[in-house]
Amino acid sequence: MTDQLLVKDKDVVVPGETLATGMAFLPTKGTYRDGDRIVAGKIGLVSVEGKVIKLVPLADPYIPKVGDVVVGEVNDVMFSGWRLGLRGPYSAVMNVKDATSDFIGRGVDLTQYFALGDYVFCKIVNVTSQKLIDATMRGQGLRKLIGGRLIQVNPAKVPRIIGREGTMSSMIQQATKTEIVIGQNGVIWVNGEPGLETVAVNAIKMVEDNAHKSGLTQTIKKWLDEQVGGAR
Amino acid sequence: MTESLRQHIIQGLDKNIRLDGRKKDDYRKVWIEYNVSNSAEGSARVHCGPTDILAGVKMGIEKPYDDTPDRGNLMVNAELIPMSNPEFEVGPPSDWSIEVARITDRGIRESKALEQKTLCIKAGESVWSVMVDVIPVNDAGNLLDMAGLGALAALGVSKYPGKKENGKVDYEKHTDKKLQLACKPIPVTVWKIGKHLVVDPLTEEEKVAEARLTITTIEDGTIVALQKGGETPLTVEEIDEMVGMAIGVAKTLRALLE
Repeated sequence: MTDQLLVKDKDVVVPGETLATGMAFLPTKGTYRDGDRIVAGKIGLVSVEGKVIKLVPLADPYIPKVGDVVVGEVNDVMFSGWRLGLRGPYSAVMNVKDATSDFIGRGVDLTQYFALGDYVFCKIVNVTSQKLIDATMRGQGLRKLIGGRLIQVNPAKVPRIIGREGTMSSMIQQATKTEIVIGQNGVIWVNGEPGLETVAVNAIKMVEDNAHKSGLTQTIKKWLDEQVGGAR
Repeated sequence: MTESLRQHIIQGLDKNIRLDGRKKDDYRKVWIEYNVSNSAEGSARVHCGPTDILAGVKMGIEKPYDDTPDRGNLMVNAELIPMSNPEFEVGPPSDWSIEVARITDRGIRESKALEQKTLCIKAGESVWSVMVDVIPVNDAGNLLDMAGLGALAALGVSKYPGKKENGKVDYEKHTDKKLQLACKPIPVTVWKIGKHLVVDPLTEEEKVAEARLTITTIEDGTIVALQKGGETPLTVEEIDEMVGMAIGVAKTLRALLE
């Protein structure tokens, strides 16, 4: 079969769509080879760089990576640690030794440190090939998140919500006087005054929905001024 | 289970602000699509914000029950599929699924909205049996009220199927004869969180609520069915307030029906 590229750069493709034929092109992330075809594995935007075909997914579940800083919710208290839900297909385990430097004797009730439903800001330290995941709370800024609530966004949009050097998130935090902690798993913890907290949540949703647009910081700034001005 | 979330929600409710910015007695936008299924005798799709529910009516000819030889049968079933909520599981119906179906059923049955005598073909031998299926497409809270509204909307647009010469049902044909409804029973559930009463809860609010009361009313405000849920008791004053809220909300919901 002849080597042929069937899509253009930045085309939107669906799973199963043939992107190229022949052996001249290389499948990478999000695509796979089926015989002499390269097929899309996800819905997303194609990016063609020379002979390399890549696919940037429009939406993706969160797959943990070592070094990710995530927001988790305590789902289970186990014999010597806690199971944390990451709102994705895999959950993480945080061992007692990674959670606190206190001395904990044998048989102590672990819920006095973290109880079911508590939120934690933690870091992924190990991911095995079987997707057994270890998390730790040792590190700068990692802590238990007290009060507040969680909202969920598409993990792919997290960089946009943080903004360049944190501009977007700090702007929302300052305007609404709300604490915001963003996990790379797309889970965001917000805590503030009830009315202003709702404004912050709506602002984050707005950034998520309009992540592809340019000049977003200015739009959000204007919108926040209107909203917060009205709430006062 | 989620005590910190409960405290956070109550903090907001103290100022009459809920997680999505609504007030305690605000309902999300509700809209109804009719006849979404070709194979059902009548169907409706009810949206309440992101909550999305399908209700369908199938009719068949069956033998009546021995104690009600001249009345048609009514069956309501709720199938809570895992697609609509990550906490729903496949397999035999859960307690919640049975409760949703029972509350929906009771509202229609006890209000006598469906005149079961009109469903009789020949007393003691054959009657129409009406089966209502409720399936959530997305459960983002307030499943109970929407199941009741969806079932009623679907019944309201249902038409009898045709009959073959041998007395069997001919599902290929549809007659123009509509199913008769005597009244419109609307269930409204009022949830108690802390000392606050709210309607149209979000999933988070449903999780932290201590008690709920489903109040089904008809046009003139008569209460036709009640169901209390949750572990905490309710005072007489609270029930009074809940009934007042439910009658008010039911009026606006009823106005949405065809």
